[in-house]
Amino acid sequence: MYKYNDFDEGFLRARTAQFRKQVERRIAGNLTEEEFRPLRLMNGLYLQLHAYMLRVAIPYGTLNSRQMDQLAYIADTWDKGYGHFTTRQNIQYNWPKLSDVPDMLDALADVQMHANQTSGNTIRNVTSDPFAGAAIDEIEDPRPVAELLRQWSTDHPEFQFLGRKFKIAVGASEADRAVLKSHDLAVNIVRNDAGETGYQILVGGGLGRTPMVGKVLNEFLPREDLLPYVEAVLSVYNLLGRRDNKYKARIKITVHENGLDTIRALVDERFAELRPTFAGGDQELLDEIRTHFQPPQFKNAPIDAFEAAYESDPVFRSWADTNLAPHKNENYAIATISLKKHGETPGDATSAQMRQLAQIAREYAHDELRISHEQNVILPHVHKSHLPAIHALLRSEGLATANIGLISDIIACPGMDYCALATARSIPVAQKIATRFDELKLEHEIGALKIKISGCINACGHHHVGHIGILGLDRAGVENYQITLGGDGTETTVIGERAGPGFAYDEIVPAIERLIHAYLELRDSEEETFLQAYRRLGMAPFKDALYPEAAKKNAA
Amino acid sequence: MARAFTPKIVTANALIEGDVIYLTADDTWSRNHADAELITDEARAAVRLAFAEAQQDFLVGAYLADAVEGDAGPAPTHFREEFRSVGPSNYNHGKQVEQNNV
Ligand code: SF4
Repeated sequence: MYKYNDFDEGFLRARTAQFRKQVERRIAGNLTEEEFRPLRLMNGLYLQLHAYMLRVAIPYGTLNSRQMDQLAYIADTWDKGYGHFTTRQNIQYNWPKLSDVPDMLDALADVQMHANQTSGNTIRNVTSDPFAGAAIDEIEDPRPVAELLRQWSTDHPEFQFLGRKFKIAVGASEADRAVLKSHDLAVNIVRNDAGETGYQILVGGGLGRTPMVGKVLNEFLPREDLLPYVEAVLSVYNLLGRRDNKYKARIKITVHENGLDTIRALVDERFAELRPTFAGGDQELLDEIRTHFQPPQFKNAPIDAFEAAYESDPVFRSWADTNLAPHKNENYAIATISLKKHGETPGDATSAQMRQLAQIAREYAHDELRISHEQNVILPHVHKSHLPAIHALLRSEGLATANIGLISDIIACPGMDYCALATARSIPVAQKIATRFDELKLEHEIGALKIKISGCINACGHHHVGHIGILGLDRAGVENYQITLGGDGTETTVIGERAGPGFAYDEIVPAIERLIHAYLELRDSEEETFLQAYRRLGMAPFKDALYPEAAKKNAA
Repeated sequence: MARAFTPKIVTANALIEGDVIYLTADDTWSRNHADAELITDEARAAVRLAFAEAQQDFLVGAYLADAVEGDAGPAPTHFREEFRSVGPSNYNHGKQVEQNNV
């Protein structure tokens, strides 16, 4: 993985030293909150409902064991012994003290991590496919390009005061595991008919108040044009994007209001100006970055231990069937470790769990860990012979839940348990759904299903692209939950459709239960997933299940 | 016609801990909602909010929140303020555990 050079190291140390002074000045009363707020946000520090929250970037979701151990150390030393992994490959600490944050940032810098640009109207943490470097369907590892974009966007003087935040994701596979089409800008590494690789550029995707699917701005961009082209897009957005209305400030609205063709023409114009100023230094840098992302030395060893455990241990078998994905190397697997144990908070890991994950990565998995936007941890490179031992270590820390891609593998944002912007809670809704379906023992029978929950219209919980989406709102001073159906966050992205009136806090789980029972009745075979059934049948039968009273009235 | 004034309390977050605090009648800050001064008069509310806002070195984001007189003192009316006065529902963290120690 990428290793900081002297420049990176110097930059980061200067930045944390600067923030330390800013915190000191705030505490001494020499900076007002108004003056301090933008400074703390640039360093990932929010003030939430009960405390500050520090959002730490995990660029393209990649961590090594030393970094994971340090995240555990930070959780124990300055927080309450846990961290929350988010849908944008960040980790959030929910309880830091303002006076401790400079020390936390120094501790992060010690392992080449930071909280830069995890907030504010700037280019945010660049995300990518958590299976990068291991996926069977990838053209190449997308992370060098993501790292190039991270370096280019860090402290880029032109883009520190954009009209609104700007999120970039990078992919390189047919299957989209990085919600590319819901990003302001997505870079998709593709191959053309001539067999050359280049970039497909998507623009204007986003969830939130006005959800939109990203559109193709450029079908095939030559490799050496990437940075000037992305810079041209940002530059057009920076000038054209609206600043009069916060809700119309994201690039999706700029694209929508001006039209894709106009944006493309403006980008091409700006690109023509910028292109000559990139003399190839960016390409040399990319080549250098690539050397940091060489595949590990794959082991060539028998996998009998895996096969024996798979035959003899039904618990291991269930975990392997549910949580493993195929790896480029047939003796290897990609193991997804669920942070969704039934009844627990989605995406939370205790410091003991983090240490266990670090230990497993070090000992058995080429020292690599990934965080997925679905709030799970991934071991991208596991020789199959190690899987039984890994499974045993996971079990001892409550990490062996076999539920990846199932009904309890729920994305949930922090909601009103933490977030100052929330209109309702999301975590307890996720906990209750997971617990309920675990009691019913229906999870595996239901099969592939993605439930995603947001605690407000900002949609950090990606509810629009959940097969079942749940949005928590405040309706006249009471929590109320709106259901959307048929959303899809993959390469076939679709924004879900609202089913009807919302449900009260204590009605939402029974409503989901009715929905699932209807699906089990309606599906044409066990193979037909919820999403497929919805696509075949449409909203009507699911709506009847959600609103039985209305259905009865209509039938009468 | 202006809407009838509903009783309020002044609340904010402490500068260092970020913890939720409430303005009491004797000009101190408490971490306990029930200790807050329940303000029933609009003019007094403005005065108390201004008093809070002047204490920038100690707190962040003072505002007025609706409250009612409860058994032990002022109680929140909206669920957001209720959560702020207790802590998160997924862990026994925040005020729900710390309250006993203040
Ligand atoms: S969706 Fe809303 S409640 Fe949830 S984390 Fe985002 S801003 Fe907060």
